[in-house]
Amino acid sequence: MLEKALTGGRRYWTLMAVLLALLVVGLVNYLHQFSVGLGVTGLSRDVAWGLYISQFTFMVGVAASAVMVVLPYYVHHYKAFGRLAILGEFLAIPAVLTCLLFVFVDMGQPRRVMNVLLYPSPRSVMFWDLISLNGYLVLNVLISRATFRAERAGRPPPGWVKAMVYLSIPWAVSIHTVTAFLYAGLSARPFWLTAILAPRFLASAFASGPSLLILLALVVRRVSRFDPGREAVAKLGEIVAYAMSVNVFFVGLELFTALYSGIPDHVEHFTYLFVGLHGHSILAPWMWASLVLAALSLVLLLVPRLRRNETLLVVASVSVVASLWIDKGLGMVVTGFVPSPLGHVTEYWPTGRETLIVLGVYALGGLVLTVLYKIAIATREELEA
Amino acid sequence: MRRRSFLKIAGLSLAGAGGLPVVKALVPGERTEPGPAALRGKRWAMVVDQRKCNAKPGCQVCIEACHRAHNVPAVKDPRHEVKWLWKEHLENVFPERVTPYLPAEVKARPTMVLCNHCDDPPCVRVCPTEATWRRPDGIVMMDEHRCIGCRYCITGCPYGARSFNFEDPRLSLRGDPTDYPTRTKGVVEKCTFCTERLAEGRPPACVEACQAIDVGALVFGDAADPGSAVSALLRGNDLARRKPSLGTSPHVFYIL
Repeated sequence: MLEKALTGGRRYWTLMAVLLALLVVGLVNYLHQFSVGLGVTGLSRDVAWGLYISQFTFMVGVAASAVMVVLPYYVHHYKAFGRLAILGEFLAIPAVLTCLLFVFVDMGQPRRVMNVLLYPSPRSVMFWDLISLNGYLVLNVLISRATFRAERAGRPPPGWVKAMVYLSIPWAVSIHTVTAFLYAGLSARPFWLTAILAPRFLASAFASGPSLLILLALVVRRVSRFDPGREAVAKLGEIVAYAMSVNVFFVGLELFTALYSGIPDHVEHFTYLFVGLHGHSILAPWMWASLVLAALSLVLLLVPRLRRNETLLVVASVSVVASLWIDKGLGMVVTGFVPSPLGHVTEYWPTGRETLIVLGVYALGGLVLTVLYKIAIATREELEA
Repeated sequence: MRRRSFLKIAGLSLAGAGGLPVVKALVPGERTEPGPAALRGKRWAMVVDQRKCNAKPGCQVCIEACHRAHNVPAVKDPRHEVKWLWKEHLENVFPERVTPYLPAEVKARPTMVLCNHCDDPPCVRVCPTEATWRRPDGIVMMDEHRCIGCRYCITGCPYGARSFNFEDPRLSLRGDPTDYPTRTKGVVEKCTFCTERLAEGRPPACVEACQAIDVGALVFGDAADPGSAVSALLRGNDLARRKPSLGTSPHVFYIL
């Protein structure tokens, strides 16, 4: 199967070379962080988690969103997703891989990573998060491998796959719920101490993941003879429209509860996020950009005539991904630390080195994704030829 | 041997090798008990008499004694600072005690802060490797050799009592190191109520230093022993605790 990834045109190898170069740059910078310590990042005594853990949180959402393709296809036998399902499953695998890597590069003592298994601590949500993420990775590898092999051989997938698919649906919900619980169970951080966090994570995941999948499906159609189907892409657009609406609604609920109650511990975080606190406002312009992008995407998604236009759907999808990345991949984690429990405002901004390490991890995810998609596309092209 | 069966056997052997440390961890090892001179308590606690402390403005004796005794590095970058015991403004430590009508100098009054050695410590709850735990005598301990540096405990602590070694602490020691083990980069550390000194029958370094200059603002002892000095203070004063509404039950008490 893997041999299909070893043949390709100029564009394929250029992409692979660029990703590999980014990966090497990231690795070199990580080795520096490994030898010097996390002081090379923008993190501080007050802001303990930053870009790494934010990316982890965002990518858990992307991984979980595969369920938005898997569920209609396998449970509701929605045939139009037949060609898209494999792209969704193959997106989940590198997404979980990058999640695990983002946690790894965030560790102060990465050599002791096995301590998590040697001294399992069921009281810690992090323990459950690692179990659910690794379990989800295994499930997705097994399912996509089996369905893919069956498809290539022209026979239905083995019976056990169905059971695994059903298991993977609540499991996908669980990975993002448990990830939200990492934050939502902490009395120290009023910003995250909200029951809406897990539902909000899921809504934003089911908007950003399928948006990403729309973009990938359109790229696949452009660069190959494999067409995931117009109906499938349009249906994904509909899913994004619902999920993004729910997400914006949830954000509104959170803002209302915090701002109307007026409890300073809750209000201050939102003040910092949107207008700045004690003269520190580095995230504010980003958050307003996120809001504008969210509004734009909602207009494009909710008006059926606009949504069915594929060019506008691309604009909407890019807006959704960008808006939610800013919200989750930049603002959500850091703002929990500002102000600190002692009322100090220490700002966080990632360093260049930190950003390159993040790009390196994403490049590795991109490499795995490219190889998996290449195999899927080449096999499809062969079957259809 | 077919490739598939080779891989299977190789995989199983790897899993077996991985299981060995688990077995080792489950077999009880040697236990080290404190000597006959050790101070023993059922529930260690500290009372900070802020009135006595503030009678000596600018005093750093306890902080210096603590940081010197435990080889706490003198990190220059304030964002990477490591501290076990330090001063914060009153309005930051006890915001609920500050009214808009207090003079600015009262709001800014220095107040000692350290680990609260909670009854129900959130840091212990969240640690994924049990690198931090609560001893039966109430002290929240830290194993810097097991810590993986995930900083979840820092995120979970409502008091900002924990520090992470963003850089190699051995590069910024305060003079020659003492007998207390130095740490490595990438681990979390904090106040331990000087367990190493209690085991030798000595009070915490900060308490001893404060008494040595006749201020006596820091009182340490067994809150479960009605005859202890700490118990007398706990009974006879209107004491404050930091963020009591969170249910952590801190065991550092303040006379403000």
